[in-house]
Order: sequence, then structure tokens, then C-alpha cells
Amino acid sequence: MAATRPIRVLVAKPGLDGHDRGAKVIARALRDAGMEVIYTGIRQTPEMIVEAAIQEDVDAILLSILSGAHMALFPRIMELLKQNGVTDVLVAAGGILPDEDIPAIKAMGIKGCFGPGTPVEQIIQFVRENIHPERLQVEV
Amino acid sequence: MQNQNQNLIERLLSGDRRALARMVTLIENGVPGIRDCLAELHRHAGRAHIIGITGSPGVGKSTLVTRLTREFRQRERRVAVIAVDPTSPFSGGALLGDRIRMMELAGDPGVFIRSMASRGSLGGLSAATRDVVRAMDAAGYDPILIETVGTGQAEVEIMRAAHSVMVVCAPGLGDEVQALKAGILEIADLFVVSKKDKPGANQTAAELAMLLSLAPDRRTAAWRIPIVLTSALKGEGIDQLVEALERHRRFLEDSGLLRQRAQRQIRSEIEALIVQKVLQHLEEEVSPGEWQRLLSEISERARDPYSVARELEERLGLPR
Repeated sequence: MAATRPIRVLVAKPGLDGHDRGAKVIARALRDAGMEVIYTGIRQTPEMIVEAAIQEDVDAILLSILSGAHMALFPRIMELLKQNGVTDVLVAAGGILPDEDIPAIKAMGIKGCFGPGTPVEQIIQFVRENIHPERLQVEV
Repeated sequence: MQNQNQNLIERLLSGDRRALARMVTLIENGVPGIRDCLAELHRHAGRAHIIGITGSPGVGKSTLVTRLTREFRQRERRVAVIAVDPTSPFSGGALLGDRIRMMELAGDPGVFIRSMASRGSLGGLSAATRDVVRAMDAAGYDPILIETVGTGQAEVEIMRAAHSVMVVCAPGLGDEVQALKAGILEIADLFVVSKKDKPGANQTAAELAMLLSLAPDRRTAAWRIPIVLTSALKGEGIDQLVEALERHRRFLEDSGLLRQRAQRQIRSEIEALIVQKVLQHLEEEVSPGEWQRLLSEISERARDPYSVARELEERLGLPR
């Protein structure tokens, strides 16, 4: 039973850009890979994203951002997760993320960064392989 | 492990939202030992008004749930929402998008929203919905709003999960009201005609009123099913709708129907638990290879489904 439960993923767009085609493509691809995907819609504050992640008890959060505000928004999201004691959730990001920012993004605890042109299979595999192992142990 | 459970339950009861969220996950996944947790939660539940919201796709269920939640919040109630969306029968995945329309509720600590995939269950809910309701109830949320999958005519399962069932119709959907005649019409405790700012809303309401007057069943004698027109866009009709829901709750309490409904629901839950157990035994008793052999024999007409079922029933120790 433990092995077959669907992975739950939150796909969220922090910040003010309204371009969510990429997020929708990813959400759809993860769904077709058998995951339960909660899509929050555009223009989410860090507070909204963390709150949704808590209530939905997701295994992973995928952040999509194209506005360039990632260095302001990502640290806030990671800080709020920590404040709320959410330490077992995989966080990854996609969109327009300049190469020079990637080391800093990864240092925040965001495990994966995916730019334009990334094959969706790669993201699916990344999510499957990086879910926190304790989350998949569902024995009570 | 037992202690860990107890700890989770205590945190849930004290209002910790992360504990509730985790409990919901455990319930959804049907983990071993969850029945003991649920038994404990059952003792603390039973206070919430459980409201079902159903209707065709696109009639505005999620938007209405958002407005209703806001209205209940103004009345200082803590509201939980379960939004069910369909699981793909092909991939087993699901895209749960109801939160998009509930965005304005974000940041309110008195609101707990959980998206659930139907996970193969028919009838507009997920098999775990009732147990999730139980956990939210124990956590002190009242009311609990359940938004079903939007399918239309066969989602009568909500009747077995909610105290008050609200059927939402929108104007301009052609002969929708006619299609409502069977099934869904009979499960409604309240009708909502949404999008009253659009042309045709009054006509839809009139058609509904006529259908109700044509088919007075025994329930309508004691409870006159209200038809409430709402406009989520303009924020109209929402307070009347909450009033109607509160009236229905009082009616259920005063007439003794609340207890009766709850008992009927619990009976069907017990039945479902037993069926689940029997199916589990069957899975242990009959190997995939044996299934294959039996099914081949049946397709070749060497055997028939009825005698095979009887044989398996005997092996499971069920009486003839």
C-alpha cells in the first residue's frame, strides 16, 4: 500500500507575473505521471504557498517564476516553511533563473532548478527520486 | 508507534493544522492502524454541520464555497472545506484546481481547505471523504463544506456524507433542470441558482419550483426545499443561503432527522468497512494465477460466474 500511494505535489506561481503556461504544462505532465497535483493559480504570496503546502500535506512544492523576483521570494518561502516546521518537503523551482543565481537558490534548500526546454520526463524523475524518504513511510 | 499516533491525535485535537493535514493524508492512504485513530477521533466528532455542495461542472461550486466560507467566517465559525476532483482512470493522477477559486480565503487561520482526488471512487466523492470529515469535525471545524466532483446526475453519494445537501444550478445551461429530475433532484435539501446576474436565472428558479411542486415527496411535507438565487460576482444572496442552511440544520435537529441521518450514514460506513475487509480476504485467498485460470474457464464457458462466486464464498467462510 505504501509504495502505490500517489505523490502529492503543489505547483505554485509566486509573485506577480501571470505567465502560467509552463506551470500548467508541468502540472499536466505530473498528473499524467500518476501524481496528485494541486495547482494554486497565479500571483501567490509566499504565505499563501506555504499555507497551501501545509493544508494539502504535499510531498513536493514546485515553484514557477518568470518575473525575476526569485531572489526576493524564494528565501521568504523557505523561511516560512522552516518557521512552520515543514522540513520534509521537497522544493524545486523552474522558469527564468539566471545561472549565476542557481548556487544561491540551491543553498536555500531548493533542490532542483529547471530552465526553459527541460524535458518534462526529467522533472517527473527528479520528483520521484527526491521525495523525502520518511514521507513515503506511511505505516502508522 | 502507538505513542506517535496518540501524539498526532492530541495535536489535532488541540487545533494544530499540520497534524490535521497529516492525519488526512494517513486516512487517504488507508495506512494500517488508521482505524484505531479514527475510532478515537469518532469520540471527539459529532459537532459539525456537514454541508454538501454538488452540481454540474461550471455552475460555480468552488466560487460559491468561497463566498459561503467568508459568510460563515463573519459569523465567527471555523470552516473546513473538502474539494473533490476526479482522478484520471488512465494515469491514476489528478489535477486539483479548486484552490484557484478559493484564493481569497488564503491567510485566514480559521479556514482549512483540503483538495482530494476521487481515487477511482464513483458518485462524486472519494472513499475516504467521510473519514476526513470525521477528522476535521474532531479538530473543531464547523461547518464542514464538501464540494463534490462536478458530474451532474449520479453523484448521490454526497447524501451519505452530508447533513444538508445543496444542489447548484446555473442559468443558461439549456434543459439542465429537466435532466435534474431523477437522482440529484431527490437528494437536494436546498437549491441554489447561481449567477443570478445572468439572464435566465429567474426562469431556472421558476422551473425548479415547478418541478418541486410536481413531485412532492414525503420529505417536502416537513421541509419546504428553498430555492436561493445567488450572485457570487455581486455578493448577493449569500447571507440568505447561510440563513437557509442554518434553518435546515435546526430543522434536522428539532425533527430528530439529524440523528436518523447520521445513523443511516454510519450503518452504510460499517457496511463499506465489512465489504472492504471481505475484498481484502479475497485478494489474499485467490492468487493472480488462480484468478486467471478461473476467468479463462468462465470465458470458455466451462464454468460460470455464479458457481465460482459460491465456491469462493465458501472458501472465505461465508454462509450460503
